[in-house]
Amino acid sequence: MENEAGALSRVAGLFSARGYNIESLSVAPTEDPTLSRMTLVTVGSDEVVEQVTKQLNKLIEVVKIIDLNDGNHIERELMLVKVRAVGPDREEIKRLAEIFRGSIIDVTDKSFTIELTGTSSKLDAFLEAIERSAVLETVRTGASGIGRGEWILKV
Amino acid sequence: MSVELTGAEITIRCLQEEGVQCIFGYPGGAVLFIYDELFKQDKVRHILVRHEQAAIHAADGYARSSNKVGVALVTSGPGVTNAVTGIATAYMDSIPMVVISGQVPTSAIGLDAFQEVDTVGITRPCVKHNFLVKDVTELALTIKKAFYIASTGRPGPVLVDIPKDVSQQKTKFVYPDKVSMRSYNPVIKGHARQIKKAAELILSAKRPMVYAGGGVILSDAAAQLTELTQMLNFPCTNTLMGLGGYPATDRQSLGMLGMHGTYEANMAMQYCDVLIAVGARFDDRVIGNPKHFFNENRKIIHIDIDPSSISKRVKVDVPIVGDVLDVLKDLIKLLKAEKEKPDQTALKEWWKQIELWRERDCLKFDRSSKIIKPQMVIEKLFNVTKGDAFITSDVGQHQMWAAQFYKFDKPRRWINSGGLGTMGFGMPAAMGVQLANPKGKVACITGEASIQMCIQELSTCKQYKLPLKIINLNNRYMGMVRQWQEFFHGNRYAESYMNALPDFVKLAESYGHVGMKIEKPEDVEDALKEAFKLKDQLVFMDFITDQTENVFPMVPGGKGLSEMILV
Repeated sequence: MENEAGALSRVAGLFSARGYNIESLSVAPTEDPTLSRMTLVTVGSDEVVEQVTKQLNKLIEVVKIIDLNDGNHIERELMLVKVRAVGPDREEIKRLAEIFRGSIIDVTDKSFTIELTGTSSKLDAFLEAIERSAVLETVRTGASGIGRGEWILKV
Repeated sequence: MSVELTGAEITIRCLQEEGVQCIFGYPGGAVLFIYDELFKQDKVRHILVRHEQAAIHAADGYARSSNKVGVALVTSGPGVTNAVTGIATAYMDSIPMVVISGQVPTSAIGLDAFQEVDTVGITRPCVKHNFLVKDVTELALTIKKAFYIASTGRPGPVLVDIPKDVSQQKTKFVYPDKVSMRSYNPVIKGHARQIKKAAELILSAKRPMVYAGGGVILSDAAAQLTELTQMLNFPCTNTLMGLGGYPATDRQSLGMLGMHGTYEANMAMQYCDVLIAVGARFDDRVIGNPKHFFNENRKIIHIDIDPSSISKRVKVDVPIVGDVLDVLKDLIKLLKAEKEKPDQTALKEWWKQIELWRERDCLKFDRSSKIIKPQMVIEKLFNVTKGDAFITSDVGQHQMWAAQFYKFDKPRRWINSGGLGTMGFGMPAAMGVQLANPKGKVACITGEASIQMCIQELSTCKQYKLPLKIINLNNRYMGMVRQWQEFFHGNRYAESYMNALPDFVKLAESYGHVGMKIEKPEDVEDALKEAFKLKDQLVFMDFITDQTENVFPMVPGGKGLSEMILV
């Protein structure tokens, strides 16, 4: 979509006005600074998703929209998670982070901050694997998606 | 070196470049520079209303009756919030309109300044698009875009918010001839393969039906719709917004469909085997419950310029995205070249069935009543004006009777708030209609409840000598609310009576208009004739009508089209 003030609120407003769900939304400017790319995750029947797509297309600032589920795609989300890490837990958490291919990016004597990238379900799985009471804080970006191979969304 | 103009001058120059002859508005602090420029020129005429809602409705009526873009000018804060009802009305009915609003200076935005509201935020869900102009160098292009967006594709209102300092700043004025936007390219031409599929389906029809909506009026395709319907000898029904798209006095017209549609139109909708939907959107007031409407033996062709209108409430078999006018032209050409014709024996049988439904005479009412029946007033109005008037209406029972009993043969003659259902729309809209059609006969059919929502505009009518004929069907009730309370709420008429009514005759006279009170059925016709003889004067006709009359047929909310309550 056009990288203009107010464009994001039109998208968000559309979802609330028409009663659609936003699971997550991630947006930033592209290599062309006049354009922003947004990845939006929603749930609904095929009919609802079709309507969502059509309604989004009607927004004047939306340039192009694709449903990534129409083809093979890759999706990644970034999570930063701060966990309590004292005593023997420190080793255990470090090992878990390695298994999930995360990296520890900040350390204190009581905590680790772990950076983890993957599909949203992988991030969920990591949180499941860690003892709930150890999690001090999480921040997630929402999914970003891109088509596989030659499938390109270009204006 | 070219001369630099202020934002205010640029705004007015843009309107002139767009060929705007008439705008509706109300001044205030944030738009004073713009009003100053209006004052210095005489190409754009400004009509001063008495409330911003009326400015928008008037611009709306102007647009609907002329196919030009309606233009309104309001100030910041309350100017805009008053305008919102009008903007939402135009949005729901897809009316091309540009609203220019003043805003507090850019340096004051966000600081809770005097008469500041987030105009772009407040109007966002009820405009096709809106702009906040923060830099005077972008003003001309923004106004160009506003007119372009408002009038193309599925039309709609576009708002341009201009901060006061921007209207003061200077820059070179260049008005672009054309504008192109990578993110906005409405599809006009229908897909050839889809049109071919539609033609094949039409030729295979045994029980065909044409269902035409407001899109036919908006794209000026009444002639093509009529040609298509008549060359095929198909029955045609029009939605509330589509009245006039097919001549209502023609034999093939089944009248309006929907919640208060005719028995024959609703039955034919339900039982046809090929439905040709043209510029219509299967809304809840038209097809009732979509589950009930569903019929696996019925195939649907849907022509609409807005892809999101297609398969929204009802799944269709042959969608055609495009301008109704373009698509109908292509479809007619294709069908003319075709040797085959639909099964004429089956069509004859279908017409026989339709005539049986028609014999049910669903719009009958007591013609010997000693009290004025509202339906009779509309019938007489139709006769007295020879069906040639512009009719605006407010919202409620009178609106439905107007739609049922005034037979519109031409497009752009019926002007009402269909989607939003805005009481108070009728009189200000009629002002816009009269200004767009100075020689036209303009009548506003209203009720004593609706008319009071914008009654202050009697003053505007006086100022500009607008000779409207106001047909007030006065039953001392909010009639449609009362009808629902009678049918669905055990006759408990909660707050739906109209007490403490003014003497409308004296009220009209106090504004310098003519007032008439009509209480007997035998006086109705003469009074109407007399009123229309007063060519230069507004006549307020207060018809004292039957309090108990209801609108029939009626499809109750949530019910199916064929589950009508009949007289």
